[in-house]
Order: sequence, then C-alpha cells, then structure tokens
Amino acid sequence: MKKSAALKSSAKQIITLNVNGRVYEQALFIHHTLLEVLREDLGLTGTKHGCELGECGACAVLVNGEPVLSCLLLAVDCIGKEITTIEGIADENRLHPLQKAFAELGAAQCGYCTPGILCAAKSLLDKYLRDDSRAVKPLNRERIKEAVSGNICRCTGYLKILEAIELAAERLNLLQNDPSQKILSTVYDKEK
Amino acid sequence: MIRLPEFRYYRPKTLKEAVKILNSEGEKAVIVAGGTDLFPNMKRRIQTPSVLVSLQQVKELHRKISYTKINGDQEKRLVIPSGLTLSEVCENRLIRENYPFISKTTSSIATPLIRSMGTIGGNLCLDTRCTYYNQSLEWRESVDFCMKAPEGKLDIPCRVAPGSPRCVAANSSDTAPLFCALEAEFHIVSQEGERTIKPAEFYREDGEFYLNKKAEEILSEITLPSSENLHAVYLKLRRRGSFDFPVLGAAAVLKMTGQKVKEAKIFLNAVSSAPIEVLESEKALIGTELEEEKILEAAESARQSAKPFDNTDFYPHWRKEMVGVLLKRALLELKSRKT
Repeated sequence: MKKSAALKSSAKQIITLNVNGRVYEQALFIHHTLLEVLREDLGLTGTKHGCELGECGACAVLVNGEPVLSCLLLAVDCIGKEITTIEGIADENRLHPLQKAFAELGAAQCGYCTPGILCAAKSLLDKYLRDDSRAVKPLNRERIKEAVSGNICRCTGYLKILEAIELAAERLNLLQNDPSQKILSTVYDKEK
Repeated sequence: MIRLPEFRYYRPKTLKEAVKILNSEGEKAVIVAGGTDLFPNMKRRIQTPSVLVSLQQVKELHRKISYTKINGDQEKRLVIPSGLTLSEVCENRLIRENYPFISKTTSSIATPLIRSMGTIGGNLCLDTRCTYYNQSLEWRESVDFCMKAPEGKLDIPCRVAPGSPRCVAANSSDTAPLFCALEAEFHIVSQEGERTIKPAEFYREDGEFYLNKKAEEILSEITLPSSENLHAVYLKLRRRGSFDFPVLGAAAVLKMTGQKVKEAKIFLNAVSSAPIEVLESEKALIGTELEEEKILEAAESARQSAKPFDNTDFYPHWRKEMVGVLLKRALLELKSRKT
C-alpha cells in the first residue's frame, strides 16, 4: 500500500485478517465493517447483528483482547490485530468456563445476545487472570454488571447471566464477592 | 444489515501525513477517530462524507499519558494524547491517582464496549445532538429536515426553535464541561502549525458549527492543570444508568486555600450547544467555606440561568428544575470530600 494513498470504497482490497488464530486473506470492500466481513465473507455467523448502531452489544467481539463493537469497526482497521469471536472462545471441544456456566445455569434464553455477552465477560475475566494493572477494582457482582452493561438482553434474563459469569469467575478463583453473599459454586457444585 | 455509504479512506501514520491529507482534501474530508459516533451517523445517512481520514494509526496521538514541563515552567503538567480510548484514559494509573474525577467522568460515557473504541479526542469533538437530527433519513425526510441539514439544503428553519437564527442542538459530550471547568489546554495541529486554545473558547454556541476548529485541524493533545488543591466533580443526568447521553451535566471545579474557595468554575452541558459557564454560581461560591446556604444560592443561580430546549429526552422545564438539583448535589459531594 502506497504511503498516503486513499483506499477506495468501490474497489475491493486484499486484506489479511487474523480471526481465532486463523489467517484469512480476503478481498473486501473497505467501507465494510468487521461484522459484515465476519458474517458475510468469512461465514462466521456466531457474531450477531442487532441494532448495528452501537447500542445493543450483540455484535461484540474481542480485538487484541478488548471487547469492541464489530458493527462500528472497519475490517480494514483490524489488519495486524488478533480478532476473537464466539467461535474461538472454546478450547477445541472443551467449552470455556463461561460457556459451561451459561449452559449449566440456563443463562441463555433465545441466545441472540449470548455471543456478545460471552465476549465481554471473557475480556473481563482475562484481565483478572492476567492480573492486569487495570483490573483495579475487586471482581464482584458490581464489576461484572458494569462489564456487561453494554450488552442488552431482550429476554431480560440478566440475573442468570450475571450468576453464570459469577460462577465461572468463582471456579477460576477470581471472585471477590462479599463473603456474606450466597456463593454460587458451593450451592451449585454441591448439588451436582 | 445497515451498511455504511461508500467513501475514500486514508489511514495516515503520522500527524504530518494526516494534516497534509486534510489540507489537500479540504472541506469534504472528515476526521474519524474511534468512529463510535460518526459511523452510526453515517449508517443513518445523517453524515455522508466522501473522504474519511482515520487517526487510528497516527502514532503521536497514541503516546502514553505523561508529565511534561511547559515553557520552562516549574510546574509539571499531565498531557493526554487525544487518540487514547476512553477506557485507556479511565484506567490509567496517573489519571486514577491524580485526577480521579476524570476517571469517573469517562466511565460515565456510553458503555464499556464503546469506551474501548471511542477516544477522548472524539468525545471532546462530539457532534451536537437533537431529536430532529439524530434520526433515520426517512424520518428526517418526512419533516423536510432541519437547520442542521445535509449539504445543499439551505434556508431550513430550526424545528425546535423556528425563530432561532442558529441551530440549537445540544452539546452532549461528558468530558467537555469538565475540561472547560478544569481550564485545561487543547493543542491543535494543522498544516499551518500548532496552536493552543482554552476549552471554553473551543466550543461555539451554535449546534451546526459547534467547534472553533477548522475541518483540517486536528485536536492532538490535552494538557491538564496541576492537580494540587484542585477539587472537581462532574455529575450526569440521564434516563438509563448504564448507557445514555447526558440530558444534563454539571461540572464544578474548586481551587481551595485552606477551607476557603479561592476559585470556582462551573459549567453545564446538554442545556445548550456549548458547555455553558455559570458566572453567578461561581461568584456565589468564591470566598465561602461551602456553607450550605451558599451552595443553595449557587444552585439556584444556575437553575435560573439555564434555558434548555425541547430537543432531547425529558421535558425542558423538568431539566431546568434539575439544573439546581444536580449542581447542589455536585457541590455537596465536593463539600463532603473536602471535610
């Protein structure tokens, strides 16, 4: 690409994207968002399209570990970055602790908001797993609520969603809830 | 799928390259930083620029937040590069420790997903908002647009205040009133060179031409004043706690000598096209020890001076009443922190 040269919308450009550890070389329109490219060009339809205006969080994916809205991000701006979608969260056939907890607690009702919420929650837990200096506040219900506050669930199953993230965090020894609060894993894992 | 209109896209890597492109493309080029406000507007055909210049790759705008000494000044000042995301600013250790009110203000903007894309510079240059402007193309066509109309549509009156000579769309940036009250400095770069401007002069009381910044100029950095003896707060009123533009915001910054208020700066947003300074409220506080009756006096002055239009969520008369309530709460918070 020539220095200072403008990319034209009308012509496709060959762009290399790293999605879930796989390298895709694809001819893309530069005015297409990452959401359009993931779903329509790469066939990764796990990422959902909701409002497409940045209001609902259904299209959330991780770019270099940060949760972002793929509907407001140009695919061309993701060159050289690591993109993780819902399809890349599990470890081959082993579900991510978040996915496991969501399934166990029935935290997905219609499931449309779930991929975005799992991405936002994974980014939160990863920050605490890495012991990131930015993870300053204790990981508790309030912090979890804040992290998924950009993801709207129209089935309104918020309580189970928050509980499932808490359960996953607890199993990873990350939760710092007030000890007087009900500890989900002791209740849930004992029952099993 | 709602798709973006087509455009030519530049991704310069340096400020020099960026200002050169902006200079040669002229008025038709629009700067995009995080894109979280521009892209939704483009998807709804509110804005349809033919050329976009992205600041995402510009390395000077993504430096670390750090201290600098200005012109041999003995004081150290913190400099925030404009390309940092709102999350980066919010979570930064120097900001958290020395300017916690900036962390709190940035964390009140939009959602975590938007904060990890949207930049501090973008929020400071945020387009003004109005119920007649932030709508779909079909909706706007059905009322034959408004004063803040697409290019080529002239002589359309303001739909909110039909007699108004100017557009009354509201300033909806949460950081703008705080930075105005802090008397920070904005650094602006263009092909012609650099200039510095006070935030209070950066914003214009005109919803259509809301910034004292030419299309080819880039807001590059924000320099903060020393945090010593500085007490600041920004409170935001909105419908939903998790995600909304302000329907009213109140920023108060006090400089104290001992228990006494030496200087006071109070700015309101979302009641006008620019953050509005409330001089009467400031006067009511200077020299006081933030006694409750003085706080009430300052809050009442602000309530009287605010003239919100019917152009955002909630009724304007209720928002006017809330000006007093919100400013009272802001000042009481400062008082409780001080003691």
